[in-house]
Amino acid sequence: MLPIEDVIRLGFIGISQGSAYALIALGFVLIYKATEVVNFAHGDFMMFGGFVVLTFSEGFGLGFWPGLVVACLAMGLAGFLVDSLIMRRIIGQSQASIFILTVAFGFILRSAAGMIWGWSPQSLDTPFDGETMVAGITLGNERIAIVGITIVLCIALYSFFARTRMGVAMQASSQNQLAAYYMGIPVRRLISLVWAIAAILATIAGAMMAPVTQLDTSIGFIGIKALAGAIVGGFGSIPGTILGCLLIGIIEPFSDYFFPAIKGVSAYIVLLVVLFVRPDGLIVQTYQKKA
Amino acid sequence: MTSPLLELRNVETYYGPIMAIRGVSLTVNEGEIVAVLGANGAGKTTLLKTACGALDCRKGQVIFAGKEIQCRDPDWVARQGISHVPEGREVFPFLSVSENLMMGAYTRNDHEQISADLETVFEYFPILKNIRGRMAAYLSGGQQQMLAIGRGFMARPKLLLLDEPSLGLSPTLVSEIFEIVIRLNREQNISILLVEQNANVALQVSARGYVMEVGGMVMDDDSATLLESDDIKEFYLGKKDEGARGLRRWKKKKTWR
Repeated sequence: MLPIEDVIRLGFIGISQGSAYALIALGFVLIYKATEVVNFAHGDFMMFGGFVVLTFSEGFGLGFWPGLVVACLAMGLAGFLVDSLIMRRIIGQSQASIFILTVAFGFILRSAAGMIWGWSPQSLDTPFDGETMVAGITLGNERIAIVGITIVLCIALYSFFARTRMGVAMQASSQNQLAAYYMGIPVRRLISLVWAIAAILATIAGAMMAPVTQLDTSIGFIGIKALAGAIVGGFGSIPGTILGCLLIGIIEPFSDYFFPAIKGVSAYIVLLVVLFVRPDGLIVQTYQKKA
Repeated sequence: MTSPLLELRNVETYYGPIMAIRGVSLTVNEGEIVAVLGANGAGKTTLLKTACGALDCRKGQVIFAGKEIQCRDPDWVARQGISHVPEGREVFPFLSVSENLMMGAYTRNDHEQISADLETVFEYFPILKNIRGRMAAYLSGGQQQMLAIGRGFMARPKLLLLDEPSLGLSPTLVSEIFEIVIRLNREQNISILLVEQNANVALQVSARGYVMEVGGMVMDDDSATLLESDDIKEFYLGKKDEGARGLRRWKKKKTWR
């Protein structure tokens, strides 16, 4: 058996990993809810966003926080443009075309990142170096920061979608797009803004993951695990997504510890099991959306 | 004579290669309730969707308040002052009743007037006030219809497009809802273009009526005249015209054929 300190430490690593997955998965789910598109390039948005933060905060010498803010604005604008210039033209085509477009977009982002920032891993200086002792257990500051930022962003997003007029209008557009048009809601602009929000979340996730994984053109594949977490939780349900990602994040370090032979596979095993037992995910949206 | 509030001129709308409405013209004057009757598939809903911009017409013009509005986006048209209450209510299922109503006022910024209008909706449909916090998906059909009409009113439109408000409702509810439709017209000075299968009710509340069949207009007249016309009586109201011997005139044809 593991000593209790190790259990807590592994559990905390899991929670922080799960929080990072949740940040990425929220982007998947928001875009899916708004447009019924699964953006397979979303993990690469995260990777690219991380590099953009690196450029602004170190390349231009802005420092971490200002660099993060500027990078978020830039990536938000990029997300807005990706929707309004590219994705909007393909809506209504077959799911296969949309799938291939988003996958191809991921390839483009990876290649572009490799050409701009090189193919070798780089490190991003964050203010989260060092460790903190909590009740006799040392925890990495970067891990604590991920959890904290995720909680803050979840609260911010919840207030935005539940309390502000624009947020409620985004919900309305996702629930019944035609009726939203009839109400005079500028549905297209709101959808592009959802893409912008998703890109900003991905950028923050990229910056927060950088101290853990290093910045590398291939870290976008974390997005696939986030997607698995979203599906486990019930794609389309935001609380479910967060829950699913936390679940996958927590199971991962333990299974890697106990079964090192199948390192990194546990997320997909959880996904398979959940899909067998509860095909709609853990938290099911009770009311089917109209076609 | 002043120009009409809404005018459709020779509008043709297609679903792909299929012509759904063929050269339809129609006017709605300020302050009027105008009814469009017709059987399933006659093109009534298509007509409304063309008027509000959800469908683009291939030919013809849609003129609203002196401005050509055909082939514009429906959200733009809505901001011009046309509010569409679509067939089958189409409320936002996961939003509460009051959130649904507030979405109707999305384009407005006059907060005090919006709150006043919200109270007006609750006065017209008192039941909505009691369930204002409930999710729209859990409302009954009649409540959803009230919500849809209330949401349409919250936009404070000049023209309300009502698509089959009687669909699937009990006769009591139908008369209740049409009472409100008349009050919206008289008290709030909203012109209404009403599409209905329930010809009797529609002709009673409206000033003028149009009859559509297979995508074209076949009759238009004052509603009172239409109510008395033999064709309407027979084909839309189901009143059989019985001859002296009590036999149905089985050879009778519609006059427009």
